[in-house]
Amino acid sequence: MGAILKRELSSYFNSAIAYVVLAAYFFFSGIFFYNYCVVYNSASLSYVYGNMLLIILFIIPIITMKSFADEKYQKTDQALFTAPVSLTKVVLGKFLGAFVLYAICSAIFLLYAVVISFFATPEWSVILCTFIGLLLFGAALIAINIFISSLTESTIVAAIVSMAVNLVIYMMTNFTSMISIDWIKNIIEKIDFATYYNSFKYGLLSAPDIVFFLSVAGLFVFFTVRVLEKRRWS
Amino acid sequence: MVEVKNLTKFYGSIKAVDDISFTVETGEVLGFLGPNGAGKSTTMNMITGYLSSTSGTVTIDGCEILDDPIHAKSKIGYLPEIPPLYIDMTVKKYLEFMFDLKKVKLPKKEHIDEVMRLTKISEQADRIIKHLSKGYRQRVGLAQALLGNPPVIILDEPTVGLDPKQIIEIRKLIRNLGKKHTVIFSSHVLSEVSEVCDRIIVISKGKIVADAKTDELSAQVSGGQKLSLVAEGSTADITEAIKRIPAVKRVTKTGSNADGSGKYMIEYETSSDIRRDVYNAMVRIGAVILDMQSGNETLEDMFLKLTSGKYDSRKEDM
Repeated sequence: MGAILKRELSSYFNSAIAYVVLAAYFFFSGIFFYNYCVVYNSASLSYVYGNMLLIILFIIPIITMKSFADEKYQKTDQALFTAPVSLTKVVLGKFLGAFVLYAICSAIFLLYAVVISFFATPEWSVILCTFIGLLLFGAALIAINIFISSLTESTIVAAIVSMAVNLVIYMMTNFTSMISIDWIKNIIEKIDFATYYNSFKYGLLSAPDIVFFLSVAGLFVFFTVRVLEKRRWS
Repeated sequence: MVEVKNLTKFYGSIKAVDDISFTVETGEVLGFLGPNGAGKSTTMNMITGYLSSTSGTVTIDGCEILDDPIHAKSKIGYLPEIPPLYIDMTVKKYLEFMFDLKKVKLPKKEHIDEVMRLTKISEQADRIIKHLSKGYRQRVGLAQALLGNPPVIILDEPTVGLDPKQIIEIRKLIRNLGKKHTVIFSSHVLSEVSEVCDRIIVISKGKIVADAKTDELSAQVSGGQKLSLVAEGSTADITEAIKRIPAVKRVTKTGSNADGSGKYMIEYETSSDIRRDVYNAMVRIGAVILDMQSGNETLEDMFLKLTSGKYDSRKEDM
């Protein structure tokens, strides 16, 4: 698993992907930070966080699109799957690689908080909780997008489908208002990421929210393993 | 060392591999021969655990590939048909990654250097694989398979795309590997297989059609041996004289040369060597031998015969 994690990271940083992703992340968060915090003299990062949530819907698919699609296309998966490593470890290595890059991107928020601390007292509990929430939200999306990448051989298809799925997840709250059938509405509310993300925004760390995002991540890591396993049998 | 039992693989409703069984002993070099699409790669992918079999088992040194994949896989070095190279890495970085991935316990730097020396890619160590030619990529793939000195080495068409000099080098390497490792290697180049392997399995349409020691195989298929002869003298006398040799089954004149000599093809029983008898016979009737060649049926003939489906050597064995 360590070997795969290391290779993933070196592949991100040896290609343009890591730099493009970092640049995009820093650029947009910088714009939001400037517009909300600098221009309005605000010590709250919540708007910046809120807007970045939209940006990561598109950034995460760029990080994950190659993970299994490209392995299949280049036939390098033969090296991975004939090595004495379990499939779960392969998938976890890939997942952690993508997550580490994403976490490096997100770490910029800590820098913004430090910048704010020079001029005002930042609300550390809110900033840190939202940061953790953002990481967990990202982890769930990464697992889902890696799963999508395992379904196809084309990185482009993986990226576009992932973006569409991420958008649907993001807009889940809007769907609940459109649907009048109660039980469907209930279900959607239960799986709506926003429901679980909201308490982080107010500086609350609650176990059910954390467990929700970790379960989604775990579930899709498991699904990915199943897809790869099934491919051997067909 | 490697035991394959009743291996079958369906792709949907297509039977790609049909009830294959064979055993390879330690130190044996087994050639896996067959036309394109015969099921060679599928079989190799099943032996290495990349694909699962529909039914049947593969056992590597006592470990079943599906029940105990981690142990079984750690005993195999595999070079697939398309080398699984991460083209954005340098040769050295790639081998280091594969070293870690395979959890090799040997001293890392020394072992990688040794493998690179063995496959003659030391000078390419710091080049990015993307920029390497096909031949070098193949060698990097081979180097990867050798990492950790696995007891079983499986090579799927390792010489495809190489130039003649490289092919000779790789063959030499495979033969050397065969001294210490069990090697299974596939090819559709017949001369290559006969040169390198102790034993050949011919596979056609997913079935084993022949399984024999290399030198026995052609004799087994043709059911006799052949001697080609160029001699000067009366055709009738020569034919008559040769026919009198007990082991000879048939003599045919296949043509004549501009200088008046004739070409003959003599078929005789496998067990005997008739070259001396032929010489003596020719001397007796005053004919002159210009050329004599003891030739088995060529491997190409044999191969076509085997894969055309008219012949099944195993039926004879049963």
